[in-house]
Amino acid sequence: MTNIENPKVKIKARNMTVHYGDAQALHGIDLDLNANEVTALIGPSGCGKSTFLRCINRMNDVIDGCRVGGSLSIDEQDVYDAAVDVVELRARVGMVFQKPNPFPKSIYDNVAYGPRIHGMAQDRASLDALVERSLKRAGLWQEVKDRLSASGTSLSGGQQQRLCIARAIAVNPDIVLMDEPCSALDPIATAVIEELMEELRRDYTIVIVTHSMQQAARISQRTAYFHLGDLVEHGQTETIFTTPQHQQTEAYISGKIG
Amino acid sequence: MSTSFLLICLFGLGGFSYFFGRRRIGALTRAARVKQHSRDVYHGSFVALCAVGVPLIVLLAWAGLSPLLLDAMLEDFLRRQSPDLSLGEMGVAMAKVKAYFSGALPEAFTGELIRSGSAYFAELRSASNQARSVAITLLALGGLAFGLSKLAPRFTARPAVERVFNAAMMMASAIAILTTIGIVLSLIFETLRFFDKVPVMDFLFGLSWSPQIAMRADQIGGAGAFGAIPLFAGTMMITFIAMLVAVPIGLMSAIYLSEYANPRLRGIAKPGIEILAGVPTVVYGFFAALMVAPFLRDSGADIGLALSSESALAAGLVMGIMIIPFISSLSDDVINAVPQTLRDGAAALGATQSETIRQVVLPAALPGIVSAILLAISRAIGETMIVVMAAGVAANLTANPFESVTTVTVQIVMLLVGDQEFDSAKTLAAFALGLVLFLITLMLNVVALYVVNRFREQYD
Ligand SMILES: Nc1ncnc2c1ncn2[C@@H]1O[C@H](COP(=O)(O)OP(=O)(O)O)[C@@H](O)[C@H]1O
Ligand SMILES: [Mg+2]
Repeated sequence: MTNIENPKVKIKARNMTVHYGDAQALHGIDLDLNANEVTALIGPSGCGKSTFLRCINRMNDVIDGCRVGGSLSIDEQDVYDAAVDVVELRARVGMVFQKPNPFPKSIYDNVAYGPRIHGMAQDRASLDALVERSLKRAGLWQEVKDRLSASGTSLSGGQQQRLCIARAIAVNPDIVLMDEPCSALDPIATAVIEELMEELRRDYTIVIVTHSMQQAARISQRTAYFHLGDLVEHGQTETIFTTPQHQQTEAYISGKIG
Repeated sequence: MSTSFLLICLFGLGGFSYFFGRRRIGALTRAARVKQHSRDVYHGSFVALCAVGVPLIVLLAWAGLSPLLLDAMLEDFLRRQSPDLSLGEMGVAMAKVKAYFSGALPEAFTGELIRSGSAYFAELRSASNQARSVAITLLALGGLAFGLSKLAPRFTARPAVERVFNAAMMMASAIAILTTIGIVLSLIFETLRFFDKVPVMDFLFGLSWSPQIAMRADQIGGAGAFGAIPLFAGTMMITFIAMLVAVPIGLMSAIYLSEYANPRLRGIAKPGIEILAGVPTVVYGFFAALMVAPFLRDSGADIGLALSSESALAAGLVMGIMIIPFISSLSDDVINAVPQTLRDGAAALGATQSETIRQVVLPAALPGIVSAILLAISRAIGETMIVVMAAGVAANLTANPFESVTTVTVQIVMLLVGDQEFDSAKTLAAFALGLVLFLITLMLNVVALYVVNRFREQYD
């Protein structure tokens, strides 16, 4: 386990601003995210959590009229540098979405998709091994090992979300971004995924957006509270939840604003 | 009473019943001091439907059935008057009677038989009309009385009206289905009659098509040849050429419009392409005949090929252009229906846009695209105008797209234009061709439906 007192900074955002057309969604965010930790982004709807998350893997690039300012670096390397290859960046930064979005392909092909487009497996055997490893790490192997050729969309919601996690980690990223990964799932599937995150933290840096205070408290080491496009407060999860510095944060955590 | 007068009366009665029913239920409820089950509107509608519904149906049925009955009775009458009329003479006599009755035929052209027949027919008509007026009046008043007798505060008028609407919808769809069945059955029966004259095998597998029928018994080559293979081969070749043009262009423009074009361009280009679908096919036909075919012939001449001025190629190319909007617009819809989350998922894994389209979007949209193509094929197979004008009417069995060929639909037209005996092999052949064509397009549509249902992903 990483030393929480003196962790290594993985992602460093400085004065990040995002505009959608004329509307400003982020007002200069400064935030450091540590390696091998789970960082929870919390805050009321529309405060810019997803927008910030999409800055990290440059998914904002594909949105029409979206402009990003400021700087964001991963391992001291500027993500918005003109020389950065977005394809490579996204192979290093995986993403899991709010709604499970398996491709309408077989379970196997879903997991193998990333490795295939990045040419990560030399032959069928190593691809098989990679798929198996990824499914195992996502805690799905036992349930699907006998029906790898079944369609990914035939799985239950919770299984689909774990399939998406397997798909994301199959390309062996450093960072996994999760945008409300459990909001479409039942409590049992949610518990499975929360356990999984504790497990994944050893190898990956995880950034998760969540609307559940309990979830943030259970799984994250650090928490950042956003409000109307501003980062209000961030720090160790325990501190944020027990002694928040800002009145706004306290109000949100105790359920007074949502 | 005339039909239109009856109709007006019925509608008047309906309106009256509606308002009367509403007032009456109001009075009943006030007197009974209980909560009314259905709103006034439903009580009013119920009474109106009771008064008008059955008479309307009877009126319609009468309009459909009474001519048949009258004809049968008239024929019976004429037969009794002069028992030795032949079938053809009987037909002429009946037509004359009706023409004389309606005043279209001057008296000078009629005989005793026609005049007496006409008198009898007039009698029948007026009897029928009177019976109808009495029946409708009784039914309407009876219905009104029945409806009013039902009214009570706790009467469930709302579900009752619902049931009437239900039944009306059911009748409408029954009419649609029954007509279809009727058309198919008549196709089948006429086809069977055709196969009495021409063996099935000769029709399905014969290699030569020249449906000439002898004017005189001793005419040379008068038997006619009804081998349908050249027609189906021609149809298939032209359809194939059309698809070669339409599928790539239509599909690629759909992909461009839905994935690459910005919304403004899309807003202009999509309706623009769809306008192509609104151009009448006859316009495509003369475009093919007057511009494309001569152009092909001339460019063929330049490179030393002797091309006929009517060719499968010209027809196929233009038909392909006609089909483009079908494919592009249907495919565009299915591509747009692929959820954005799938594209995001692929992009987040580091796929480029074209990889995402080829590996994720298109496979997800494939069932819809396949069915779009199959529908376009049915459309191409059924197309007639372009082929008549650009590919000719000569039934050549050839694989050479530069030659003139003909298609099933064109030959159906050819068989039926001009004066025909209804039961000659030539006329009946049209039914056989029509039936086969129907079966082919039916099969295509069934396959299209199957593909869509079998492989459709449920995105919610
Ligand atoms: N694709 C988009 N186009 C325009 N505005 C957007 C888009 N995505 C988000 N926004 C706006 O940016 C703000 C932040 O949104 P988001 O980051 O999705 O909030 P959160 O995830 O915290 O609920 C909101 O006001 C939202 O309306
Ligand atoms: Mg969000």
